[in-house]
Amino acid sequence: MAIGTPTVDRPGRSGHAGRTDRIQGTDTAERPRAQRAKRPRKSIILTAAMGLILIYSLVPLVWLLINATKTQPKLLSSFGLWFSGDFVLWDNIVQTFTYEDGAFGHWLLNTLLYVVVGAGGATILATLAGYGLARFNFPGKKAIFAIILGAVAIPGTALAVPTFLMFSSLGLTNGPWAVIIPSLISPFGLYLIWTYAMESVPVELLEAARVDGAGEIRIFFTIALRLLMPGFVTVLLFTVVATWNNYFLPLIMLSDSTWFPLTVGLNHWSAQAVSAGGQPIYNLVITGSLLTIVPIVVAFLLMQRYWQSGLTAGSVKG
Amino acid sequence: MTASTLDAAVRRSPVPNPSAARRRKNRRRFIGWGFLAPFLVVFVFALAAPIVYAIYLSFFQDRLVGGNVFAGFDNYVAAFQDPKFYSALGRVVLFFFVQVPIMLALSLFAALALDSARLRWPALFRITLFLPYAVPSVVAALMWGFIYGTDFGLVGNLNSFFGLSIPDPLSSNLVLAAMGNIATWAFLGYNMLIMYSALRTVPKELYEAADIDGAGAFQVIRAIKLPALRSAFVVALIFSVIGSFQLFNEPNVLRTLAPNTIATNFTPNMYAYNLSFAGQQFNYAAAIAIVMGIITMIVAYVVQTVGVRKEDR
Repeated sequence: MAIGTPTVDRPGRSGHAGRTDRIQGTDTAERPRAQRAKRPRKSIILTAAMGLILIYSLVPLVWLLINATKTQPKLLSSFGLWFSGDFVLWDNIVQTFTYEDGAFGHWLLNTLLYVVVGAGGATILATLAGYGLARFNFPGKKAIFAIILGAVAIPGTALAVPTFLMFSSLGLTNGPWAVIIPSLISPFGLYLIWTYAMESVPVELLEAARVDGAGEIRIFFTIALRLLMPGFVTVLLFTVVATWNNYFLPLIMLSDSTWFPLTVGLNHWSAQAVSAGGQPIYNLVITGSLLTIVPIVVAFLLMQRYWQSGLTAGSVKG
Repeated sequence: MTASTLDAAVRRSPVPNPSAARRRKNRRRFIGWGFLAPFLVVFVFALAAPIVYAIYLSFFQDRLVGGNVFAGFDNYVAAFQDPKFYSALGRVVLFFFVQVPIMLALSLFAALALDSARLRWPALFRITLFLPYAVPSVVAALMWGFIYGTDFGLVGNLNSFFGLSIPDPLSSNLVLAAMGNIATWAFLGYNMLIMYSALRTVPKELYEAADIDGAGAFQVIRAIKLPALRSAFVVALIFSVIGSFQLFNEPNVLRTLAPNTIATNFTPNMYAYNLSFAGQQFNYAAAIAIVMGIITMIVAYVVQTVGVRKEDR
């Protein structure tokens, strides 16, 4: 996704000494410290203490990886943090995709649909609106801005039950739109784009384009959107992860498994194993969990700097 | 677009026409609305309307005699007299006061360590500690739920291999702590990065000045670093308020593994969810959801005001 991201030259914000300006707004985060050169001594105690936290962070993931290679009986009989002898990861993956007529693959496609339409749509709406708020003056702007900023504080989970109640009275539940429509709104994404636009879309440039006769839509797509691209990608990442990980909303909205995303489907399988007469399929739940987190972890690792810039904007908020 | 042809026309005329310029300006007054409109339409439909509808629902009651009738504040009065609601609320308050300080202390420590320049392989630590945040909370709860299992989980393994007797983390005494551990695991690195990002914005001249003054590492932390990350800390705290008071995913997932220790009213959100599904008590569920939304916002607001006020001092 980062491919094709233009390097932005922001006027009024010259690069930091001895360092090329990075494209996102948090280039300050990357500047080397003079302090570092003066005190090169590394602390073993500090590193060891952080090592403990690192082990804590990794153990469950390692457990998941190891146990995705075991058969259901070996899962119960072998030590959790080591391989059981028969390495059946591939069999488990095949079984995960074929169990219940390929339900898992279906849920994966549903999740992708929710991510593409929900997160993609949320990012586009937030970008249009954030740019509109940052670069235009119009009657009622202040009130709208205050309302949207207030909405940032409303927790998504608090909205799930009210949204379900309204959607069910409209007969909208149990279909893909019940999941997609609520995820189209990202007040935080709008806020992020607004800060980006204030910082990196110069009013003079827009005025110059207007004087040259460019229409507002053309100005947005050819000038503003390019300048906003780093913010756009950051918001896209946040909304993609939010929709990929979404659980409460689809759980409450969907009653039959046709439209389940991966998260709801996996817990459905896990619950099935404990129900009376249910066949335990923990090996599939574990392999399915692994398959669910791999894409998102890879996305995280590839797009680190965008995360960092989004988090910085978040911390400026308070 | 007509705006562009108009702009072009204005530009072509050698002497700017004042009335055309004013018309253009008038038109531009509303262009901002055009950019905002798609967002606002969905905002009203998916965010504002549900809240209004839930408030409306919360003032009605389904009665055996008379059907659906206006009930004033009856649902709210019932909520504040409902022991099930109080036990749910008490649990998330306890969760907030125990889990959040532990998690934020660890995050703060990790952020200071990352920023200290005395840590080896800081990039490795930064990325790895943040990684659990990418794991969906359902998967995190499933994974930890299996690990907690006393028969095939890691806890069971440790007990049988080393002859230990670690008590069942999913027993009723420990299950809240078990959830606290999952939340700490998931959000430690996220909060660490929020604080670390704030630390990186401290101008290096401050450190140089402290160095000249002969300040030690702990003095630098107290006088420069802690004040610098206060607003980031407040943000992390507000996210934690929301996370605690709106706790749902972890208990609901662990419930499939420990149905007897996690009741349907374990947290207020679970209570509202189960009221609307198992009980079909939509009006009461709406009232509970609104009460919890208001409580969450009040606590978040108090945290923010206190945090900001201290900053001014």
